[in-house]
Amino acid sequence: MVQQDRSGKDTLLDARGLTKRFGDILANDKVDLIINKGEIHALLGENGAGKSTLVKMFYGSLEPDGGEIIWDGAKVDIGNPAAARELGIGMVFQHFSLFEALNVVENIALALPNPGKMADLASRIETVSRDYGLPLNPTDIVADLPVGIRQRIEIVRCLLQEPQLIIMDEPTSVLTPQEADQLFLTLQRLAEEGCAVLYISHRLEEVKRICHHATILRHGQVVRECDPTKETPASLASMMVGADVASVSASEQKPQIGEVRLGLQDLSAPASTPFATALNKISLDLRAGEVVAIAGVAGNGQGELFDAISGEMPVATQMVQIDGTPCGSRNITWRRKKNAAFVPEERLGHGAVPGMKLSQNIVLTRHSTGDKLLTGGFVSNAQAGAMEQRIKQTYDVRMSHDDPEARSLSGGNLQKFVVGRELDRKPGVLVVNQPTWGVDAGAAALIRQALIDLARSGSAVLVISQDLDEIFEIADRIAVISRGYLSAAEPADDMTRERVGLLMAGGAETQEEVA
Amino acid sequence: MFEAVLLTVITAATPLLIAAIGELVVERSGVLNLGVEGMMIMGAVIGFAIANQTGSGTLGVIAAIIAGMAMSALFGFLVLVLVTNQVATGLALTILGIGLSGMIGEAYIGVPGLDLPELYIPGLSDIPFIGPVFFQQDAIVYMSFILVAVVAYGLFRTKLGLVLRAVGDNHGSAHALGYSVIRIRFAAILFGGACAGLAGAYMSLAYTPQWVENMTAGRGWIALALVVFSSWLPLRVVVGAYLFGAVSVLNLHAQAVELDIPSQLLSSLPYLATILVLVLISANRRLTLVNTPACLGKPFVPDR
Amino acid sequence: MRIELVKRKEHSQTMALLSPLIAVGLTALAAGIIFSITGHNPLIGLYKFFIEPLTQQWSLEATIDKATPLILIGCGLAVCYLSNNWNIGAEGQFVIGALFGSMLPVLFPEFENGATLPLMLIFGAVGGALWALIPALLKTRFNTNEILTSLMLVYVASLILDYLVRGPWRDPGGYNFPESRIFSDAATLPEIFDGAMSLSAPITVVIAIILAVVLAKTLKGFEIRVMGESPRAGSFAGFSAKRLTLFSFALAGALAGLAGTMEVSGALNQLLPSISPGYGFTAIIVAFLGRLNPIGIIIAGFVLALSYIGGEGVQSSMGVSNEIASVIQGMLLFFVLACDTLILYRIRMVSRRAPAGEASHV
Repeated sequence: MVQQDRSGKDTLLDARGLTKRFGDILANDKVDLIINKGEIHALLGENGAGKSTLVKMFYGSLEPDGGEIIWDGAKVDIGNPAAARELGIGMVFQHFSLFEALNVVENIALALPNPGKMADLASRIETVSRDYGLPLNPTDIVADLPVGIRQRIEIVRCLLQEPQLIIMDEPTSVLTPQEADQLFLTLQRLAEEGCAVLYISHRLEEVKRICHHATILRHGQVVRECDPTKETPASLASMMVGADVASVSASEQKPQIGEVRLGLQDLSAPASTPFATALNKISLDLRAGEVVAIAGVAGNGQGELFDAISGEMPVATQMVQIDGTPCGSRNITWRRKKNAAFVPEERLGHGAVPGMKLSQNIVLTRHSTGDKLLTGGFVSNAQAGAMEQRIKQTYDVRMSHDDPEARSLSGGNLQKFVVGRELDRKPGVLVVNQPTWGVDAGAAALIRQALIDLARSGSAVLVISQDLDEIFEIADRIAVISRGYLSAAEPADDMTRERVGLLMAGGAETQEEVA
Repeated sequence: MFEAVLLTVITAATPLLIAAIGELVVERSGVLNLGVEGMMIMGAVIGFAIANQTGSGTLGVIAAIIAGMAMSALFGFLVLVLVTNQVATGLALTILGIGLSGMIGEAYIGVPGLDLPELYIPGLSDIPFIGPVFFQQDAIVYMSFILVAVVAYGLFRTKLGLVLRAVGDNHGSAHALGYSVIRIRFAAILFGGACAGLAGAYMSLAYTPQWVENMTAGRGWIALALVVFSSWLPLRVVVGAYLFGAVSVLNLHAQAVELDIPSQLLSSLPYLATILVLVLISANRRLTLVNTPACLGKPFVPDR
Repeated sequence: MRIELVKRKEHSQTMALLSPLIAVGLTALAAGIIFSITGHNPLIGLYKFFIEPLTQQWSLEATIDKATPLILIGCGLAVCYLSNNWNIGAEGQFVIGALFGSMLPVLFPEFENGATLPLMLIFGAVGGALWALIPALLKTRFNTNEILTSLMLVYVASLILDYLVRGPWRDPGGYNFPESRIFSDAATLPEIFDGAMSLSAPITVVIAIILAVVLAKTLKGFEIRVMGESPRAGSFAGFSAKRLTLFSFALAGALAGLAGTMEVSGALNQLLPSISPGYGFTAIIVAFLGRLNPIGIIIAGFVLALSYIGGEGVQSSMGVSNEIASVIQGMLLFFVLACDTLILYRIRMVSRRAPAGEASHV
């Protein structure tokens, strides 16, 4: 691959041959990357392509095994994050590096070498955050703040260090479209001021919109560089995957809508902990043959709603109905016996036991669903093994040896397993929370297609997702959850991203209150 | 009479207070060290032995602190470097401490001990009532006052305290920002060990100036309960420790007034009170959830 | 130079078997060092401590007697620890079990028939279970830390025992000694194999084997293992954490109570102010050394029982304090925990520049 020579007097960071190895895996293989001053530089690649590893080396939290980093013309050795910050490198983490029990000032002080007096810092935070259009109240406790505001804290924390390079890992994944627009304005202003941004994102539309240059990683190597403004999202995607991405066919075949299979009636539940979200009078009818998607920003009650539908959090009997039978107070095993199936958001530690073999993890959700796994209280390992083979083959779960422990699988393969484990039953009702979160494009396409196929065969499928691309790809109807309120589900064809965005930002609530 | 009772309460409360304030710092950093009892009993036996050998109470106290720190260092190595289960490792520390102290202390059973002298502080000691109760005490009691003040100030008013709380709240974030979670926790564990050792020294050099096997009698465990009781706030530890001190001297005073209650019932009061207090505190889920260090007892392995 | 852990992709089966052996080896090494420090020949000390008890019939029998309660209690604790319930109050459950079991022979000494002994054993198990259910209920009902409450109840239990044998349950014809009356023959656990061991030994082995099968092969065993490793996944599987907490505490209490009753009915034949040399705490070590597996616990129970007999041995023949037994037990648990790290991690020694993630401003 020929790469254009971009080094010049505007070069801020010049990485040459960076290599990082984890055990047997080569996470970064001789990566070259040049970032110029005032440039918004996209770093693209599938999950596991090595993006996070690369930026962690820039930020000093990982130590390269080979190669060098030239910063502003001089070779540097970034031994730790404090050294990175001293050079002028700031980072906004995908999963945030905040402390929930502490307030905004304390959180920011922890990242500054000399925070000075708390009161002085608080007024600086107020000024800078307002100045960049990201207002913050310094005395708020982080635990009480929604994710959008939490991200502001991370960004303001960077800005206070007057950085020359800000690294952002998937910043818009937690934002509504409107909040994302505000973020883009801030980034453009930073770029005009000469600050460079290294921008990691899956959302190729926005990369095309705001980035000046893109570097694409695959299997730890740089495979392409390009000007994203001259590409289409589809061409960017095929560069990432290395092949054309199979598109999912949903709306071509119009669904045959049948009777209600899952009914939610004024489903309400108080917050179980100070950090949880209360559910407020959620109603939804999910019919045979259709895929309904619930959109929303993380932390707006998705987990609580899932638990209430699955039975992990019991509610009043009438609030949840499966095929007409009220079962809000029944446990999850009872609901599974009524032919309902569930896939939670967290694969490891909720959907699967990390240290147990896949065959044992099949017993986890299938022990009482009439699969001959149990005889007189004894578990049949032979039957579990046979089911594991079947699921592995049907859903293309790849593993290094037979029946490994769940935690040794990659994210995409494990997700194919936990979804496959439920699809294998041909459930009448399937509820999936974040079906393709952190999953590579190939596996995501396979999972989405399987969900649509299940619905078309007469089942009802409920998908809870934060990924609007995914939602518009597979949903027949779309509802939006916001602070524990759910908007009415409307046909996907009538919905636009803007409208979904407004509902995500709180419209769902007001709609509920007006109604 | 009231002054005398109050004096015994302070005496009974001081070892609880010192051990609990040390453990509070450990738990604020996100580590649960159930080995307080083991570190305390080691402090007691080493403090007694060294004071006895050298004739110096000061050297005894210093040796006890070192002994507590040595025990906690062992714990720290296992839970931080080898990432062993904190509950089980803390238990192991207690079992080992009780065994070791028994072996070391065998030679000192029945040997008359050294009583730490009361220190007279001009001015303070002369205040009526308060003076005789609080300021005609030995050095360790004064140290307990200072410890509480230092921990309460340090935890909430200094950068170091902020970092410590941050590590206990979210070790992943602290690591991402570049703080060495392991070093900070190790320092906290050593501080907890030093406090437990000092508390032990108070038992064998001031409380009952002699060595008796198992003489801490569960005080390390009660100190652990006090940390929960305080919901990880230093000033509330003081309240808790003095309350427990009062309960545990009931036995003494009940015998004096010849109450007809089995002595075993009175002896079991501190343990029953501990259970009661734990139930009352933990039933209030909102309070405990908000204040519990979020990473308490969770293992941390940095990715490299 | 610095130690770094590298996480294995899966549990190492080899290390799961090797780690207890390595731990015992390291403990022997450390024990040898202690013998040297205290001025004794380490080889002779180790021989007398670990080997000699196995060479003589009386000491072998004594070892079996000591191993029995350790194994029984250890099995119950294993169920607790596997399911993430930290019951450390087995010592108290042992004592209360013994008190319940002794009710018949102490309060109704005339009740002598074939039902006496079975009833005593049942009472003992029930008593231990009830005592264990206190911390379990407080945990499920009020979310109270079970570690502290179960331990506090140990102190309370020993005070109750002390009160009873000095007060209401004191032997009326016992010259005011703090002990209960001697149990009648009908209330005494018989010895088998010409007095080589008490009936308690085979009962214990049978219970351990049943438990091993339940844990490895049944849905209940699966539930226990899932809940310990991942409670959230357990609740997703439809298992109730609260019910399992009650179950595991009750089971552990019942086994400890049974052990307590068999101890007073067999070995002691009466109640004394102290009826256990810390079995309930030593059994914690037994459970971990046996890798929380009942079959492993049978072996581990013998190893720890040996340390009691060996401790007495080195005291009488070499003049070493018999406290060395508890020191060695404590070290053993440390080494077991440290070696278990090898099951999930590889250990790597690194000697390079300042590690990543170290802040300079702390």
